[in-house]
Amino acid sequence: MTFQATGANRREILTSVTAAGLTLNFALAPKAGAAAAGVGALNAYVRVAPDGIVTIVAKNPEICQGIKTSLPMMIAEELDVDWKNVRIEQADNDPKAYGRQFAGGSMATPLHWDELRKVGAVARLMLIQAAAQAWNCGPGDCTTTPGTVVNTRSGKKRTYGSLALACANIPAPDPKTVVLKDPMDYRIIGKSMPQYDTARIVTGQPLFGIDVRRPGMLYATYVKGPVFGAKVGSADLDAALAVKGVKKAFVVQGDSAAVMPTGGNIGSGLVPGVAVVADTWWAARKGRNKLKVQWAEHPTSTQSSAGFAARAKELAAGPPQRNARNDGDVEAALKGAAKTVEAAYAYPFLAHSPLEPQNCTAEYKDGKLEIWAPTQFPEPGRQLCAKTLGIKPEDITVHMTRCGGGFGRRLGNDYMVEAAWIARETGAPVKLLWSREDDIQHGFFRPGGFHFFRGGVDAAGNLSAWHDHFVSYGEGAGFASSAGMATTEFPSRFVPNYRQDVSVMPLGMPTGPMRAPGSNALAFVHQSFIDELAHAAGADPLAFQIRLLGDKPVVGEAPGAYAAGRMVGVLKAVGEMSGWASRGKLPKGEGMGVACYYSHMGYFAEVAHVAVSPVGEVKVKKVWVAADVGRQIVNPMGAINQVQGSVLEGVSHALHQQITLANGRVEQSNFTDYPLLRIHEAPAVEVKFVITDYPPTGLGEPALPPAIPAVTNAIFAATGKRVRTLPITKDMLKA
Amino acid sequence: MAYTLNVNGQALNADVDGDTPLLWTLRDTLGIVGPKFGCGVAACGACTVHIDGQPMRSCQIPTASVGAAKIATIEGMATHPVGKKVQAAWMELDVAQCGYCQPGQIMSATALLAKTPKPNDAQIEAAMSGNICRCATYVRIRAAIKHASGQKVEV
Repeated sequence: MTFQATGANRREILTSVTAAGLTLNFALAPKAGAAAAGVGALNAYVRVAPDGIVTIVAKNPEICQGIKTSLPMMIAEELDVDWKNVRIEQADNDPKAYGRQFAGGSMATPLHWDELRKVGAVARLMLIQAAAQAWNCGPGDCTTTPGTVVNTRSGKKRTYGSLALACANIPAPDPKTVVLKDPMDYRIIGKSMPQYDTARIVTGQPLFGIDVRRPGMLYATYVKGPVFGAKVGSADLDAALAVKGVKKAFVVQGDSAAVMPTGGNIGSGLVPGVAVVADTWWAARKGRNKLKVQWAEHPTSTQSSAGFAARAKELAAGPPQRNARNDGDVEAALKGAAKTVEAAYAYPFLAHSPLEPQNCTAEYKDGKLEIWAPTQFPEPGRQLCAKTLGIKPEDITVHMTRCGGGFGRRLGNDYMVEAAWIARETGAPVKLLWSREDDIQHGFFRPGGFHFFRGGVDAAGNLSAWHDHFVSYGEGAGFASSAGMATTEFPSRFVPNYRQDVSVMPLGMPTGPMRAPGSNALAFVHQSFIDELAHAAGADPLAFQIRLLGDKPVVGEAPGAYAAGRMVGVLKAVGEMSGWASRGKLPKGEGMGVACYYSHMGYFAEVAHVAVSPVGEVKVKKVWVAADVGRQIVNPMGAINQVQGSVLEGVSHALHQQITLANGRVEQSNFTDYPLLRIHEAPAVEVKFVITDYPPTGLGEPALPPAIPAVTNAIFAATGKRVRTLPITKDMLKA
Repeated sequence: MAYTLNVNGQALNADVDGDTPLLWTLRDTLGIVGPKFGCGVAACGACTVHIDGQPMRSCQIPTASVGAAKIATIEGMATHPVGKKVQAAWMELDVAQCGYCQPGQIMSATALLAKTPKPNDAQIEAAMSGNICRCATYVRIRAAIKHASGQKVEV
C-alpha cells in the first residue's frame, strides 16, 4: 500500500498544471484531414468555413458540467461571431495541441478564462489582418461585427468565411498584445446558452461511451475479487464458455497492488480478474454468472467499517500520532471558556456512482491501440495503457466521449486499461461494460473519517478555543487519497487558540477524489460544530459566523488565503434571501439552518429549511444559495443548474448514502441498498450570484459542501437533535 | 430465436435468446441506444420505454414476452404528440447536465402527460420517482414537465 503525501488530489492537479504551464498553440497548423475544402483553420481551436460556419474545438472532457459549451463561448465571444453559427467539436486527447485536458477541481474556468478568450481574440486579429491586406489598409482601419470584418474608412465588408483561407499566410499575433473586449460589450459570455448537445440528448442520440459501436465489436464483462486486489486463485471457465454467444473467457493475472492509488494517481494498473467476451453484453453477463472463481486469500479481508469506527475511538482516547497545527493555548482557553462543547463526528465512505457505468471500447490492431472512453483525465489513461501493455504512448489514440456523469470517478482509468488488455487478448474490438454492482463495489471511494472536537466560547460570546483530533486513513505522515485536511481548514486562523491533531489508520481500500474532495466531508463536521458553539453561546448562528469571520477582508497568504469579506457578503445575502430573520415564525417541527464554505476558489453560504416528522422523517423544503465566484458568470443557465445539482447531491449525501465494509468487502451493490436522492425528496433551490471584482472561478463543486451542514443545522433548529454521523437515520431523530 | 418487434412503428427482426432483456435487444442487436443501462434491476429508470403507451423498465422485460406490443423509445418521441412537447420543454429549460438519464426521464414524463395533461407536484413526483438523476436536475425536470403542460414555471 502506498499513500500519497497530501490529501487533496485537486491540489496536485493544480500544481502540475501551473508547473507545466498551460500549453495553448495559437498558431497550430490544422490537423491533416480535419478541414474540408475551402475551410480555413486559424489555430488548433478555430476553423471557419466559406459559409461563415465556425467550428470551435472543446478541449476538455464533458462530464455534466457544461464545459463543452462554456469554454467555446469564451472563444466565440472574442472571435466575434454569432453563437448560432458556431459548431462545437469535441477534442480527442491531444496534449500537444491542447495542453492538459481534464475535468477536475472546478479548474476549467479559472485556467481558461484568459487563455481561451485570447485564442478567440488572436484569430479575430488574423482575420482583420487578412482583410487589411486585401484592402491595402492598416489593421487599425478595421473592426468587426459578428462574422464580418468592416473597414471603418471605406465601409467595405468581408465575411470571415471569405478571409479564413488567406489567414494561412498570416503569422499569429503575440497573444500578449491582443486587447480583450470590455465585458460591457459581451454578446455571448454572460448570456444563458443551452448546452450544445441538448437536442442530441433529448432525442437519444449516441453520445456516450456506452453507445460506441465498432465493426466486428464484441462485448466484455470483467469480474474482480470482492476483496480489493485479490488475485485469482483458480477459475473454472468451462460453464461460461458453454453459454451461447460467449467467445472467450480468460484469467487476467494483473497486479494485485494496482488497486491502490500510487503517487497521487488513482487507477495505477490492471487489477486481477476474469474476462468474459461474447457477441452481446447479455451473453457475456450470462457467461460471467456461470464462472466459478476462487479468489486467493488477501491481507485486507478482515477490515470492516465497524472495526475502523472502534479503532478511531481508541485512537481518540489516546495521544494523537502527530500535531498538525497549534496556535495559542487551547487548554488554557478551554479552561477559561464560559461554555465548552465536546462532540464526536463521523462520515462514511461513498461511491461516486455516475449513472453511466464504467465502460470503454478498445481496438488493438498492428501494434496500435485506439480507445473510446468516457474519461475525465485521458492522458494518464493513455500512459497507463502504454505502460501496462508495453506499447508506445504515441501508438495509442484516445477519443473522449461524453461522460454519463463523472464526479471524480473517471479521473481513474482502471476500466480503460482493462478494456485495452481484453481487446488485445481477444483480437477484436471490444466494448467493456461494468455492471452497476461492479461500479459500486470497485470504486475509488470518498474516504470516511472521524473528528473528535472540543470547543469553547468566552464570556463575550466569541469562539475562543478549537481542538480537533482528526482520525483518518493513511500511513505515517501520509493520508490516503483525498483523506487529508489542510492546516488552514476554517476556522483555523480565525480562532486564537486552535489545535489540529491527526491520527491515521491503514486502509486497504482504494480511495480518491469525489466532487469537492475533502470539502464534501469537512464542511459537514466544521460547520456543524461551529453551529453547536453558536447555540452554546446563545447566539444567532448566522450572526455568529459573521462575527467569527471578523473585519479583515483577507486572512492568510496565497495559495491558502481566505477572503473573509467575500464570505461575509454571501452570508448576508443568503440571510436576506431566505428570510432568516423571521425563522422564529416557522411551525413546530420545522427549522432553518445556515452553513458557509470556501472551496475551489468559490465562497458559498446556504440556508436550508427542513421539516422533521415525529417519527424522524426529514423533508428538506427549500435551500437558498448565495455564491461568490467572481465578476463574471460565463453561462448563467448552466451555472444555476450546476449549483442546484450540487446542493441536491449534498442533500443526497445527508439523507441516504453510505458504503460500508465487512470482511474486506463492500456491502452495498446497487441503488436498492445504495439509494440516491429522488425527485419527491428534492427541494426547490434558489440561487443568487453575488458579483465581486475577482476573476471568475468554477462551479462544478463548491456549492455541494455547505448544503450538508445547512440541512443538519436546520434539523437541530427543528428538533434540538444534533446530527453528528452521516447519513441521517430516522432513529436519530425520533421524537 | 428470431423475434419481430414493433419499435417506433417499424417491424424489426432480432435473433436473440428469449430471456434477453428488451434493453439489450434494443441496444446491442438493433442499435437503438437511446434507452440507457443504469442498474439492471429497475431501480433507476434510465432504460424506460413505452410498451403500448405504458412506461416500463426495459431491463426487466424478456424479449420473448413482448410479442406484438408496440414499443416506443426516446428515438420515437419526435413524432409523438406529447413526447415532442416534452422534448421541446427539456431543451428550452436546458434540463440536462450529463444527460444520461434524460431519455428515461422524458419517457416517464411523456407517459404522465399523455394520461394527466396538467399534473400537480404530487402527480409529477409519483410518476417520476422511479427515475434517478445522478446530477440531480430534479428542479428543472419538475419545471419542464409543468412547462410542457402549459403551467406556469419557476426555475
